Amino acid sequence: MADVTLTIDGKQITVPAGTTVLQAARDNGIFIPTLCHDEKLSPWGGCRLCVVEIEGMRGLPASCVTAVGEGMVVRTASPAVIEARKMMLELLLANHPRDCLTCSKSGACSLQDYAYYYGVRGDRFQGEKHDYPLEEDNPFIVRDMNKCILCGKCIRVCAEVQVNNVIDFAHRGFNTRVTPAMDLTLRESEECVFCGNCVQVCPVGALAEKASLWQGREWELDKVRTTCTFCGVGCNLEVSVKDDRVVRVRGYDNPLVNGGWLCVKGRFGADFADSPDRITRPLIRAGERGEGRFREATWDEALEFTARRLQEIKEQYGSRAVAALSSARCTNEENYLMQKFMRAVIGTNNVDHCART
Amino acid sequence: MLDLKEWRDSLQGRLRPGDRPSLTVGMSTCGQAAGGARVMAALEEEAGRLGLQVDINQTSCIGMCYAEPVVEVALPGKPRVFYGHVTPERVPVLIEKHVVQGEPVREWALVQVEDGTVPYDGIPVMGTSPYYGCQVRVVTSRLGLTDPESLDAYVATGGYEALEKVLRRMTPEEVIEEIKASGLRGRGGAGFPTGLKWSFTRQAPGDKKYVVCNADEGDPGAFMDRSVLEGDPFTVIEGMTIAAYAVGADEGYIYCRAEYPLAIKRLKTAIAAAEEKGLLGRDILGTGFNFELHIKAGAGAFVCGEETALLASIEGRRGMPRVRPPFPAQQGLWGKPTNINNVETYANVPFIIKNGGRWFAAMGTEKSKGTKVFCLTGKIKNTGLIEVPMGITLREIIFDIAGGIQDDKQFKAVQIGGPSGGCLPEDKLDLPVDYDSLTAAGAIMGSGGMVVMDENTCMVDVARFFLNFTQAESCGKCTPCREGTKRMLEILTRICEGEGRMEDLDTLEALARVVKNTALCGLGQTCPNPVLSTLHYFRHEYEAHIKDKRCPAHVCQALLVYTIDAEKCTGCGACARACPSGAISGEKKQPHRIDPALCIKCGSCMEKCKFGAISRL
Ligand SMILES: Cc1cc2nc3c(=O)[nH]c(=O)nc-3n(C[C@H](O)[C@H](O)[C@H](O)COP(=O)(O)O)c2cc1C
Ligand code: SF4
Ligand code: SF4
Ligand code: SF4
Ligand code: SF4
Ligand code: SF4
Ligand code: SF4
Ligand code: FES
Ligand code: FES
Repeated sequence: MADVTLTIDGKQITVPAGTTVLQAARDNGIFIPTLCHDEKLSPWGGCRLCVVEIEGMRGLPASCVTAVGEGMVVRTASPAVIEARKMMLELLLANHPRDCLTCSKSGACSLQDYAYYYGVRGDRFQGEKHDYPLEEDNPFIVRDMNKCILCGKCIRVCAEVQVNNVIDFAHRGFNTRVTPAMDLTLRESEECVFCGNCVQVCPVGALAEKASLWQGREWELDKVRTTCTFCGVGCNLEVSVKDDRVVRVRGYDNPLVNGGWLCVKGRFGADFADSPDRITRPLIRAGERGEGRFREATWDEALEFTARRLQEIKEQYGSRAVAALSSARCTNEENYLMQKFMRAVIGTNNVDHCART
Repeated sequence: MLDLKEWRDSLQGRLRPGDRPSLTVGMSTCGQAAGGARVMAALEEEAGRLGLQVDINQTSCIGMCYAEPVVEVALPGKPRVFYGHVTPERVPVLIEKHVVQGEPVREWALVQVEDGTVPYDGIPVMGTSPYYGCQVRVVTSRLGLTDPESLDAYVATGGYEALEKVLRRMTPEEVIEEIKASGLRGRGGAGFPTGLKWSFTRQAPGDKKYVVCNADEGDPGAFMDRSVLEGDPFTVIEGMTIAAYAVGADEGYIYCRAEYPLAIKRLKTAIAAAEEKGLLGRDILGTGFNFELHIKAGAGAFVCGEETALLASIEGRRGMPRVRPPFPAQQGLWGKPTNINNVETYANVPFIIKNGGRWFAAMGTEKSKGTKVFCLTGKIKNTGLIEVPMGITLREIIFDIAGGIQDDKQFKAVQIGGPSGGCLPEDKLDLPVDYDSLTAAGAIMGSGGMVVMDENTCMVDVARFFLNFTQAESCGKCTPCREGTKRMLEILTRICEGEGRMEDLDTLEALARVVKNTALCGLGQTCPNPVLSTLHYFRHEYEAHIKDKRCPAHVCQALLVYTIDAEKCTGCGACARACPSGAISGEKKQPHRIDPALCIKCGSCMEKCKFGAISRL
């Protein structure tokens, strides 16, 4: 596509046609705050925090949904723009619990950050505030709609990424809220698969991982990049660790694998990591079958033992006496190897897989 | 193949058989609400009782809503006489005098339409009557005069001449040029040039295109579009068919609010009749042109009148506006190029095609051509539906057509453009009614709602009324509109309750400015107008509420003070007996007193006092 040259804050910038003003500014190191914009989701233009002044345009257009135009002259920090952004933050905070002292999002909250940046205390308007009950009837996600700023990101991620369409806006005006149909909870809706991708995109503390609450503050967490062990997709994870304990799991944005998104297992199944029941060494049965007595062994010993017993069984009862069950937690390659081993080495077609139904 | 001319000729005389009296009842929503159906039944009963050979028909709203139920009586070869305020009790007299004895009841008659006959004396003739004299009826020309459910009546009065002309003798480009030449601008509010809009959809690439009619009409108090749909549904359908041909669409939707059941019913009847005659559907008039028309009933959210929200609603999604561009002409219904216009815009089209763009452009002002339909409501003598040439002054509308203020009170303001509009004071009354003058004065043309206010109206309360509406109707998508209107409403409410502070006025102005500049759609961008215009023209009323804790119009309850003038009070005690909260005390025959702490400001005492001793401040 053709290039377009425009001026942002006095700086000449050339970008491909179709780029948004927001993107053009950010690519050139010019700051514009956003709350509802997410480049991985469809354009929205709702929060109006990203407004800028563009010569010849009426009002203050939202830069996240305005395409660049040849010769456009943009100002991102004029007095009118700053007034509008401050007003937007005042309005959001006027109907917000301002609970930063104990909020799980504190330290990574866009609203908190922008309020600080613009010096907005949120005390300009005194009026009605929402008083919704906390939604905590499911094991994974806590929803505090009092903190929701209605950016709509959770709705879009659920519809566009998870393709589940569980939640949408309901009601009008000041009473607008994000909810499953008929004002049910996520759990009651029976539609939510608790992938938690909505939690991950929420810019404020309205959505939180239940198990992470009170487990550590944002600035205490070490972020470790790793790969999910639950299935062969191999989603990249960003695991937050405090005092050697997994506190929270979020997707790591590797566009080659999962693009940052996760399923319920990868996101919420990390509690096995420090479970006392977890088997961390090979075990060889010590007592009678069914007695449940095992002894720890080395990998060498365990592998050698298994190979020997497979060979003995095959010799004594024939190859059809052996069967193998493999797991969806393995990769395709591992599953391939397993059946190859059974057919070529053991000599049987007795292979199956936990995910076959 | 349908020969329209033959059909039209065959209808002459058949529609109004010259040999029988006809009685026609206004049966639009206004007529029905006023009891039109009961009047119709009474007419049938009385005619039956007397064994009279008469035709009893229905028609739509002639525009004099204040006078409903309206009944038209026409004798063969005589003018059509319109009676107002007809009740079942008046029916026998009406039939006896007018139908049997042939003498109209002059004191009940509103106007007559002479149609080439000799007018009766003593009854105003429509063209020169005070109510109709300044009006120019184009899109409302059939209203109240023909049966809206009859395709015959439509065709007999020139219907479908325009479509025939377009399909047989004009290219789509020529149609668009004709509309451009007319200068027609959208009647849905913003006034965008219609021909230009059509050309955008025409030029947008794509095989599948739609035309959509916006019949959501959500402004409180507005009923222009409803009246046109109820009174002449075929004009809108014909206009849409012409638009479809011009832009290259083969399918259309009329988005009509479900609160307009009569309009929907008449549209359905009209669509079925047009389809049956091959005037809609496949191979229209044998020309190979196809156009399928659907009706979509909207659930009545004001914001669904905004075009992108309307399209989302037709698609079955939540009616929430989206950012434009892309405009519907590029990406509309289901992503396809879509032309969307208002009811009245489409209704003008057949008349423009038939009479030529030059004819239309000869009416109105330089930049606002043709006529505009308005709904007159509020404190005027004649409320109703009018159609006036653009450029007429507000004064002419309010004082000539509407007959001035009720009870001859003082005019205070006129609110134009509904919740997106503004309030204009006395010194703007000579403003010409056109898109640009109204916008410059802080109001907007809007879709045509006009609410007239008298001295007893509190302008802060008016601003609060409209804000209350817009904040409840905000779709909730964008922060300034959703949260900003709420806070503006809270401030206005505080001022009305006497809790306002002078800083509130600055905050209101700042909020209004930001909301106007940053809201996503027209609802938010215009909803501060009632606040800004009242602050501009009636700031003293705001200040009186704040500084003097006084509501100059005596509307804001919390600020009223009732007192008894000891000089005038005879001590009769009527007030004390009327007071529901025991706030009045006093010895018999001695002046009474009101305890302001107990008074709930109901006003009962003032009504009861025969000596005018009680006053409200
Ligand atoms: C909040 C809002 C409500 C609207 N309601 C209506 C309506 O009820 N009827 C209408 O024709 N246009 C309405 N409009 C204007 C439409 O968006 C659109 O501009 C119009 O239908 C275009 O038709 P026109 O060019 O013929 O005027 C509304 C706009 C907004 C922002
Ligand atoms: S969501 Fe953000 S602003 Fe709100 S309480 Fe939590 S940290 Fe503070
Ligand atoms: S957890 Fe997943 S499925 Fe459930 S609402 Fe959030 S995004 Fe949708
Ligand atoms: S819950 Fe979070 S992501 Fe969803 S709309 Fe509210 S603030 Fe946005
Ligand atoms: S279990 Fe879920 S999160 Fe883990 S790799 Fe598989 S899809 Fe990804
Ligand atoms: S201006 Fe109001 S109605 Fe329009 S999109 Fe924003 S919130 Fe919705
Ligand atoms: S206004 Fe009503 S409450 Fe007040 S004194 Fe009069 S009657 Fe009583
Ligand atoms: S980030 Fe642009 S409107 Fe929200
Ligand atoms: S790996 Fe969990 S059930 Fe298959």
